[in-house]
Amino acid sequence: MIPQTGATGAPIDRAGSQQVLTFKLAGEEYGVGILKVQEIRGWSAVTAIPHAPAWILGVIDLRGVVVPVIDLRRRFELEPAQFGPATVVIVIRVAGAGGERTIGLVVDAVSEVYDIDDSTFRALPEIGSTAASEVVHGLAHADGKTIILLDAERLAAGAIH
Amino acid sequence: MSLDLTQFHDTFFEESFEALESMEAALLALSTGAADAELINTIFRVAHSIKGGSATFGFSEVAACTHTLETLLDQLRSGRRQVQPGIVDVLLRSVDVLRAMLNATRLKQPIDTELTAALQAELQAILQSPAEVGATAAPVAPAVTTTASADAQQTPGWRIRLVPGPQMLRHGNDPLRMLRELASLGALQTRVDAGKVPTLADLDPEHCCLSWTLELRGAIERAAVEQVFEWAEGECELAIDPLSPAPAVATATASAASTATAAATATATATATAAPSMAADGSSAATGVPAASRAEGARAGSGDGGSIRVGIEKIDELLNAVGELVITQSVLSQLAAVLEGRQAEELRNALVQLERHMRSLQESVMRVRMLPISSVFNRFPRMIRDLGQRLGKKVELRMSGDHTELDKTVLEKIGDPLVHLVRNAIDHGIETPERRRAAGKSEHGTIELNAYHKGGNVIVEVTDDGGGLNRDRILAKARERGLVAADEEPTEEKILNLIFAPGFSTAEQLSDVSGRGVGMDVVRRNINEIGGHVQIHSNAGHGSTVRIRLPLTLAILDGQLARVGSEIYIVPIVSIVETIQIKREQLNTVAQQAELYRLREEYLPIIRLHELFDIPAERTELLDGLLMIVEADGKRVGLFVDELLSQQQVVIKSLETNFRQITALAGATMLGDGRVALILDIPGIIVRFKDHERRRKPAQEAA
Repeated sequence: MIPQTGATGAPIDRAGSQQVLTFKLAGEEYGVGILKVQEIRGWSAVTAIPHAPAWILGVIDLRGVVVPVIDLRRRFELEPAQFGPATVVIVIRVAGAGGERTIGLVVDAVSEVYDIDDSTFRALPEIGSTAASEVVHGLAHADGKTIILLDAERLAAGAIH
Repeated sequence: MSLDLTQFHDTFFEESFEALESMEAALLALSTGAADAELINTIFRVAHSIKGGSATFGFSEVAACTHTLETLLDQLRSGRRQVQPGIVDVLLRSVDVLRAMLNATRLKQPIDTELTAALQAELQAILQSPAEVGATAAPVAPAVTTTASADAQQTPGWRIRLVPGPQMLRHGNDPLRMLRELASLGALQTRVDAGKVPTLADLDPEHCCLSWTLELRGAIERAAVEQVFEWAEGECELAIDPLSPAPAVATATASAASTATAAATATATATATAAPSMAADGSSAATGVPAASRAEGARAGSGDGGSIRVGIEKIDELLNAVGELVITQSVLSQLAAVLEGRQAEELRNALVQLERHMRSLQESVMRVRMLPISSVFNRFPRMIRDLGQRLGKKVELRMSGDHTELDKTVLEKIGDPLVHLVRNAIDHGIETPERRRAAGKSEHGTIELNAYHKGGNVIVEVTDDGGGLNRDRILAKARERGLVAADEEPTEEKILNLIFAPGFSTAEQLSDVSGRGVGMDVVRRNINEIGGHVQIHSNAGHGSTVRIRLPLTLAILDGQLARVGSEIYIVPIVSIVETIQIKREQLNTVAQQAELYRLREEYLPIIRLHELFDIPAERTELLDGLLMIVEADGKRVGLFVDELLSQQQVVIKSLETNFRQITALAGATMLGDGRVALILDIPGIIVRFKDHERRRKPAQEAA
């Protein structure tokens, strides 16, 4: 089952399915629960944080709140991309140990919003430990495509500890 | 019509704790010999309102305890018992017990009954002991406890006519509670007048239509009766008349019903024998009451000055919003700077005005968070009294500048360090009376607490006129512990600073007050955490002074913007000593690795920020850049930066909210162009530098 807990935790509109925002990353399609998405922003300059992991690009000002920005390509140890006007930041809001947290994810491009039928959901098979496996929740099928569903909470927690 | 009272619990506890504080302060003033009627009234009021509140909320243990306390206080108030040191001690203890009881009740924990019982016993012991008062009142005194009053012959009691006003129930005054309270004073006969109750259709359940005629029998003071109605003043018609005709007693209100007089005469004849003494007692009570209520009225008028209780988070929201406005305003100013034309000029003028208003708005909001330091100072009179007694030392406390205001968060964090410093001053600083006499000083030691403003900071000083710090003993101890090399002769300042080393103590023996050596390092750490700074001065034989420099607030900071490569960092101005052009002849290296700068006889390590933070630098040649001398924990280092930009007040934003705490960074702020700039934490930078230095490769030092 796809867990429906999280920051926004609201019930989904249709039993047995869930809406997911998908985005492209190096030709693969990833998805994150739409209720966790706060907004989508264009790319803006970040302020680097000294001694942070390379995949934490830095922090931005989101209406007066300091928000860390994660480069998902670097997080998944993919070839880093050039940031340009098409680069977008998906701002997600998730529950964590110390309350709600807001983080930004840099992706190649936002693609679509899908209704994903729970019956198509499959847990990620044992693929060994990769940079991505710890934050991938599972796989689902929609519109003839496979979507890799991310565990937003773990992704955020990883940025903090 | 049942009401959920739990919603008022928090307010009750909060107010009770505050009230206990004022009671404690009044008791301490009382113990110094000022037998002031107003002080006793204050104490009485506190006990009374806690009793009333706890009874209303059903905290019966608290109510029972305050009831006994009130009985004793009432005797003090009416002058039937003299204020003696022993009584003040017990009263102070009862403040502690009440505080503990309230705390336990609030946390829904069981109350320490042993403690309460002990206090009750002490209070009862005083109540049963003969009161030492003037001869005239002596015969009356022993009879005055609530239990004894029932069989007292001389006063038949009071006739009370109570007509509640229409709003009384809405304002939370319950006539039933008053009746119950009256019944607890003596035998009560009630007659209800339901004549004004409308038909059911017209009935407003929150409108009190009943009125009462009451007869209260027993040796009860008029003041005690009036107190029952204290909260309902102005909300009801009230007439209190003695049951016997006593010419000396003037009725408080003129609205006594004519039937009352008839009834009063009737009862009076029945108890005619008691009349004379009743008259005497009544008149003394009657003269006492107006004075007390006048004083009370004056206090109510001047005390609270129309303040409101606001949750701190609401103020923080407001402060945040203002911070945002300041940033938006500077964005606007930057945008307007590049515009051209006549209207652009007008726009810029308007923006300058806007900026001025924004600053004053920001200051006003900051001021809302400011509280006088007296809220911290207030705990010391009691502490010094207790400690002095325990250690057999005579200590006097002088406080000044307790109206100096500080941010609430700063105040919360300064309490514990100050307590520690004051304890140290009493335990280690002030000598015993014998030793003081031998040294030719007054037997009374003095501790001074002083707070004042200085250059955008608040200075708090703890001064004692004791023996001062023993320089030689500190040095010997430091050598023993290996903090100072055997052949090193450190400066006076350095020696004094040794007491801030973790685990350092020169106390010859441990006392339960201090001397375990956990302390001064914690004091310094706590103060540094809130951006403060501690200094210590000592004059052997004459005492010592600890001076704490504190920022006014933790929400904004005066910062110096400095550029390193393409990054802009903010250095807190409090940490900056000076900024200098680097001169070649003053540069030194050790083993081609560590770089030192010789500044006025002192060698300061140079921290290259770009290396420490591992960011691309624009200038790597030291002579091209600037050296910013910064200080933390008494250590000075030089920060190598590319250039200095402007100085400005910045709003501190937490990095932790969405990310995590980072050593060397105190937070972040938004610049006018919308970028985030990081605020440097100088103590953290020095710590980070120490770790970093070890990992540095000699190859890097080719330049």
